[in-house]
Amino acid sequence: MKKHGGDSLIQVEDLSKAFSRGSDTLQVLQQISLSAEPGELIAIIGPSGCGKSTFFNILAGLLSPDGGSISLNSKKVPHLRGRMAYMQQKDLLLPWRNTLDNAILGMEIQGEHKRMAREQARDLLKTFGLEGFGDSYPQELSGGMRQRVALMRTILCKKDILLLDEPFGALDAITRSIMQKWLLKVWGQFGPSILLVTHDVDEALILADRIYVMTSRPASIKGSLQVDLQRPRKITELDMVKCKEYLLGLLEDELTVPEP
Amino acid sequence: MKTRLVNTALPVALLAILGLSWEASVHFFEIPSYILPGPWEILKVMWQRMDLFAAHGVVTLIEIGLGFWLALVVGLTLAVLIHASRIIERSFLPLIISSQTIPVFAIAPLLILWFGYGIGSKVVMTAIIVFFPIVINTVEGLKAADPDTLALLQILEASPGQVFFKVRVPQSLPFVFAGIKIGVAVSVIGAVIGEWVGAREGLGYLMIHANAQLQVELVFASIFWLSILGMGLYGLVVVVERLLIPWRHGGSNK
Repeated sequence: MKKHGGDSLIQVEDLSKAFSRGSDTLQVLQQISLSAEPGELIAIIGPSGCGKSTFFNILAGLLSPDGGSISLNSKKVPHLRGRMAYMQQKDLLLPWRNTLDNAILGMEIQGEHKRMAREQARDLLKTFGLEGFGDSYPQELSGGMRQRVALMRTILCKKDILLLDEPFGALDAITRSIMQKWLLKVWGQFGPSILLVTHDVDEALILADRIYVMTSRPASIKGSLQVDLQRPRKITELDMVKCKEYLLGLLEDELTVPEP
Repeated sequence: MKTRLVNTALPVALLAILGLSWEASVHFFEIPSYILPGPWEILKVMWQRMDLFAAHGVVTLIEIGLGFWLALVVGLTLAVLIHASRIIERSFLPLIISSQTIPVFAIAPLLILWFGYGIGSKVVMTAIIVFFPIVINTVEGLKAADPDTLALLQILEASPGQVFFKVRVPQSLPFVFAGIKIGVAVSVIGAVIGEWVGAREGLGYLMIHANAQLQVELVFASIFWLSILGMGLYGLVVVVERLLIPWRHGGSNK
């Protein structure tokens, strides 16, 4: 799985992480290597609890790795903070802020003028399907709308790398498929590089340029798949079915029920 | 709407039943009014002696008001300091908690000695009672911030000041108001105790004075006015809370 793409935007090599609990050590990540080109949409799939979130927390600088390296434009960096925006399954909207003010949180913290930030956010409400809800509080919005506000906040951080950690995992199937369309639209409009963690094979196939498959704990990269299919994609297309078969084959060992 | 009507009607109905049985018992058992006056007589006194109650009530209200603001300023400052520093938390918090085990009655004469016969000692007494729930609740509120939200702010590279003002302060507001509500409900006690121990005016002074002269209906009327004062202050806090924390009330279940 070693790559030597010198012009990669992000290059992760042999990243490892273990947690110690008393005298036990729990190996969570084992030599994770992957890369992302500028503007690429990368999906990482793997079984639940395999350590995908730990991997993202390391990239975000919330945890430090035991070994391995992260490079940005071929330069080694401790983490991607400052260059990336992060979105999680929980929308993490502040209940005391309305849609606009939640969306501009990142800009505000970066020191942008509040009024100008609000203007920019207001212009984007339509893009995110939140027209007329700029002054609504999060508790007045549906789950899908809240997640779109979170997506808007992530985009408005104006970073060229987005880490999305199962962003639609808490939504129902129909809302999720709508949100995937939103994501593609927004990605096409703003063009960031996206690392998307999901446990939904279909979601990865519909969205990603390239898909990495992770093993269960300790997580390592089992294989990857380049998906060179036209968007919008349908999960029922023959090529998609073939890709899915291949991915499920890679995941099969991870999905078997352990013998008692 | 319907439940709201029931919620108001129920306590009013209960109050009416209690009042009527009180009135009836006073007449039935022929209890003299210098032992226990009936509620009707008390209401009459409350209305007829309005000028007297207004004059003394304003004094008590000022004592409570000043004591409350003193408690709020000291309480919030202490809470922020306790939150900011572990050393301050470890040294101050046990003392603040143990200070509450001393009955205010016990130190009331000392406060009169130190702060005088006038308004000062009552203000301090009120503040001592009110500041405790404010400190404890505000400290809890400042701690209550969601760890995932704090991580988000960290990723966004927020400064400690930004984390404090953009997350911790708004997050703590409902807690602060819980403390203020408890504080305001007991604030009347502080002022009245202060007036009992030594004063020349105020509703507490009026009570003691009337009691000594066996004007029991005046004592009861003072108690009723004090209760109305306390409820009014509580209502005021609820209104301010709704204005400052609109996200908690405005259309939550849509």
